[in-house]
Amino acid sequence: MKILAIDSSGMPASVAVCEDGTLLAEYTLNFKRTHSQTLVPMLDEVRNMLELDLESIDAIAAAGGPGSFTGLRIGSAAAKGIGLALDKPLIHVPTLEGLAYHFYGSPCLVVPMIDARNKQVFAGIYTFGQIQPEKDTEPEDPLRVICDQTAIGVAQLCTRLNELAQESGKTVLLLGDGAHVYRDLLEEQLTMPHWYAPAHLSQQKAGSVAVRAADLARQGKLETAAQHRPDYLRVSQAERVRAQRLGQ
Amino acid sequence: MRQNEAHTDIRILAIESSCDETAAAVVANGRKVLSNVISSQIDIHTLYGGVVPEIASRKHIERINQVVQQALDDAQMSLDEMDAVAVTYGPGLVGALLVGVAEAKAIAWAKNLPFIGVHHIEGHISANYIEHPDLEPPFGCLVVSGGHTHLVRVKDYGEYEILGKTADDAAGEAFDKVARAIGLGYPGGPKIDKAARSGDPLAIEFPHGKVRGSEYDFSFSGLKSAVLNYLNDKKMKGVQIRTEDVAASFQKSVVDVLVGHSEAAIREYGFRKFAIAGGVASNSALREAMEAMCRKRQVEFYRPSPILCTDNAAMIGAAAYYEYIKGVRSDWSLNAIPNLKLGER
Repeated sequence: MKILAIDSSGMPASVAVCEDGTLLAEYTLNFKRTHSQTLVPMLDEVRNMLELDLESIDAIAAAGGPGSFTGLRIGSAAAKGIGLALDKPLIHVPTLEGLAYHFYGSPCLVVPMIDARNKQVFAGIYTFGQIQPEKDTEPEDPLRVICDQTAIGVAQLCTRLNELAQESGKTVLLLGDGAHVYRDLLEEQLTMPHWYAPAHLSQQKAGSVAVRAADLARQGKLETAAQHRPDYLRVSQAERVRAQRLGQ
Repeated sequence: MRQNEAHTDIRILAIESSCDETAAAVVANGRKVLSNVISSQIDIHTLYGGVVPEIASRKHIERINQVVQQALDDAQMSLDEMDAVAVTYGPGLVGALLVGVAEAKAIAWAKNLPFIGVHHIEGHISANYIEHPDLEPPFGCLVVSGGHTHLVRVKDYGEYEILGKTADDAAGEAFDKVARAIGLGYPGGPKIDKAARSGDPLAIEFPHGKVRGSEYDFSFSGLKSAVLNYLNDKKMKGVQIRTEDVAASFQKSVVDVLVGHSEAAIREYGFRKFAIAGGVASNSALREAMEAMCRKRQVEFYRPSPILCTDNAAMIGAAAYYEYIKGVRSDWSLNAIPNLKLGER
């Protein structure tokens, strides 16, 4: 299966092409230019370098959220446009599952987190070892979802991680921009053994999105380009304010 | 590979998502609309009394593929029969624009089609090319919508000189704000137009906004304040107001200014043809007053049908055609530009 993957959920823009067990290309750029300016030129570069016939692509994978609302939409619209043009299915990869795949096979508690401002993060807790999963994942799924990705306060996340690490004896492995932004807070509140991912394994990369997508595709988790939409994990501010007002 | 290399028509798939309409169209040779699909989000934004940018952006991404596919289906064509893909890249709400830009770019890239970014106002002006196949530049044009008030000299296809623009609120924005103040709700334009029909336009004398030292510029914030002051004053005194009279008098004040500026431009620049465009160009009082003024001045008057006045993609396809034949192409790094100026690239 040949997958074209896109991740523009955070600061880096990243595209990759993966065919079965081989990563043919991965191009990641973490620079000031916007995803709108960089994403398609990067795709074009990859196509040219690989002499890629787009018709040979089986599916397009997109990091589907959480992340920057605008960034998610740029990646999503690009994937949807390509899917529409080529009549190919899409694979929605939860952003934090993509990040967790940087540590495929790790027995640690893998904890990707994205800054959601005000001491909040979008975070998930995963492992690749044997542990009772909270979400009913498929038996052949190598990823064990202990806590599905959600918006959570950093302090609350730390409490949960301390408990989980205590119970399982596993080391906590922190990655993503949230781990960087809230490092002081994490240091203050995490009492169990933990460490931080290095630069090359801490940010979004489309290669991991492609590999996760292949596993999701094996579980039949494909959608049409028209169906695909980002999963923001948060309603818009206007909707939140309105709901509060109506609730009062 | 193109399936139909022999066709002589230039067909453009156009996408527009600058505000709260998700739209796609197929246009042949800049004049013939083969399809024109508009998915409006107005019901959602009405709950908030105006367009909420984040919600607009979210709705665009949910609808865009269905809208594009519908445009192709209605035209009974596939992407293989398109010659280019065009998209509005500004001005507008940046998050909303980005959805259309990313989608259009990806489609063009995946199908190896030329890609053309279009200015939203240029689209509105070009709606007249669709409605009036005989219309050719040069002409004068007044573009009035919820976000824009521009008096433009159209020198040639794609060549514009802005004679005047609003110093504060756009005309349509003033309609929305006044409609909210007198309890008519959103969207203000059509609601005020309707209420004004049973009101007296001479009941209240509201000011005609002027911008000192610039004959063709507009200002509507003073008028809006005058209406709010009037309402407060009557409320304080416990005097009942007639909503229809306020609507009609306010509308008259806006229309007087728009027509007055247009007439002055016709005199100075000697336009033989004059067009209106944009959402507010659907306003019945504006249409009638403009037509009467043009008749008096013996100037040919042009205005698009209401469906082409509202934000739509057919107008983008029309504007894109004239860029296409000039050889203008956008590259893959094209960004959305929320405050894009007319005539800039």
